Amino acid sequence: MSSTGNDRIGARPRQGLRSLAVLVAIAVIWETAKILLALPSYQLPHLHEIAADFLREGAGGERWLWIMLLNASYTALESLIGFALGGLAGLVLAIAFAHSRWLERGLSPYVVASQTVPILAIAPMVVVWLGTSWFSKAVIAAYLTFFPVTVNMSRGFRAVDPDALALMRALAASSRQIFFKLRFPSALPYLFTALRLSATASVIGAIIGELPVGSRFGMGVVIINAAQYYNWRPANLWAAILVSALIGIGFYQAVAAVERRVVTWSRTVPAV
Amino acid sequence: MPTPIIEFAGVGKTFESRAGATEALKGISLAVDAGEFVSIIGPSGCGKSSLLRIVGDLVEPSAGTVRVNGKSARQARLDRDYGIVFQTPVLYEWRTVLENVQLPLELAGRPRAERRERPPALLRLVGLEEFAGHYPWQLSGGMQQRVSIARALALNPSILLMDEPFGALDEMSRERLNQELLQVCAETAATALFVTHSIAEAVFLSTRIVVLSPRPGHIDRIVTVDLPHPRSDKTRALPRFFELVTEVRQSLREDPGRADGRAHHPGGTL
Repeated sequence: MSSTGNDRIGARPRQGLRSLAVLVAIAVIWETAKILLALPSYQLPHLHEIAADFLREGAGGERWLWIMLLNASYTALESLIGFALGGLAGLVLAIAFAHSRWLERGLSPYVVASQTVPILAIAPMVVVWLGTSWFSKAVIAAYLTFFPVTVNMSRGFRAVDPDALALMRALAASSRQIFFKLRFPSALPYLFTALRLSATASVIGAIIGELPVGSRFGMGVVIINAAQYYNWRPANLWAAILVSALIGIGFYQAVAAVERRVVTWSRTVPAV
Repeated sequence: MPTPIIEFAGVGKTFESRAGATEALKGISLAVDAGEFVSIIGPSGCGKSSLLRIVGDLVEPSAGTVRVNGKSARQARLDRDYGIVFQTPVLYEWRTVLENVQLPLELAGRPRAERRERPPALLRLVGLEEFAGHYPWQLSGGMQQRVSIARALALNPSILLMDEPFGALDEMSRERLNQELLQVCAETAATALFVTHSIAEAVFLSTRIVVLSPRPGHIDRIVTVDLPHPRSDKTRALPRFFELVTEVRQSLREDPGRADGRAHHPGGTL
């Protein structure tokens, strides 16, 4: 036990050091490639150009760091709401599937089909139906979120050790007790695997939801605008990509942190 | 005569599968009295686990009846008359050792005071009170199985059903746990039905040993163990211990099904 505890405490700074080393390596490769291949800035800007873009003043006089921050929080909020809605919907669906073979057989082809339809095609329709407010974006984020949760939890609810079930039967447990004291906790690692996938998907969903005409805030809007002026100011798009990626990474790390707090019994919670 | 705690009358079990029907048990009749420790021994595939699970109402018999505490097996299960220990410890990995022992009390809706006080006492009984806050993976196989015994005792059942509980353990752990199990049974006055494939274990623990023959599983003979109580390491050195071990071994050897089951059993489905 104590050795595990020490590993965990020691792991954090070492992990941070490792991430930093990789970051430095990427920067070196980036800048070397730019020099060796003689890439102009509209193909690959200098890293310092991207950094400088955050300090540049926008049309309204605010610095881009501030503009990015505002839009990123907008997108993050939409993603978070979508993540919660989608996670809940996915869980409800998985519980329904676990209780009824009939429902599972009937619905699962459509659940799968829902994910084969390009989200880019659906997003404008959802925005037309639900308006350009945050809500339509959250719905699109939820649309990408629910699927991993449903798939993983359906499996998790079924992957219960038969003897663990026999024990419940031997102890005359009610089906409610079997669900809450056995099926749900034993499926928790599956849930967190799903939520890790969903966390990044929900950010993508929210950004795609912001792309259709009419949206005013969010990283999707920033990206569309930056793409229009790309030849003139390439660093702006790269900065927007960087910020969008950071939202996804932040989400993923948050889920992983919650998992470490909740799934305290397991040795197999991944470090990443 | 008092009513037996467990009573089999003409119990049979046939498993249906796509490959056809397999008769696992046939014509089992046996009565286990209060306070007895009865072992069921036999080669693998003789249906001994099925027999135990029929008592626990985890498997339905295809023929015959089982009475447990004078009730149907189902009623006895619903009344939580028995505690069960499986081949593997079957501990819930998200629960600490203490919480695992608490589980039966929780499910039975026992009062909070009992839920708080009984599990530590049970852990003390199996010598694991210091490990109450550990998670199952932090314990050795033998310790995990002791936790599952403590859990089986949580509701103070009159019957203990054990399905090869020490089969996966090394010889030394097994002997120590055998000793502890006898103490636990003496303290709780439980009647025990114990499935094993270890002859020495069966002789050491039991008051009677039921020898099953396979395909289909039926009672070959019943050996009464007349070794003195309480039993200890000295018991294992008694000449009578060796005689009984030999007797049980011979019954298992004589069994044609064990020597060459397929050839001697043309009606078999294999």
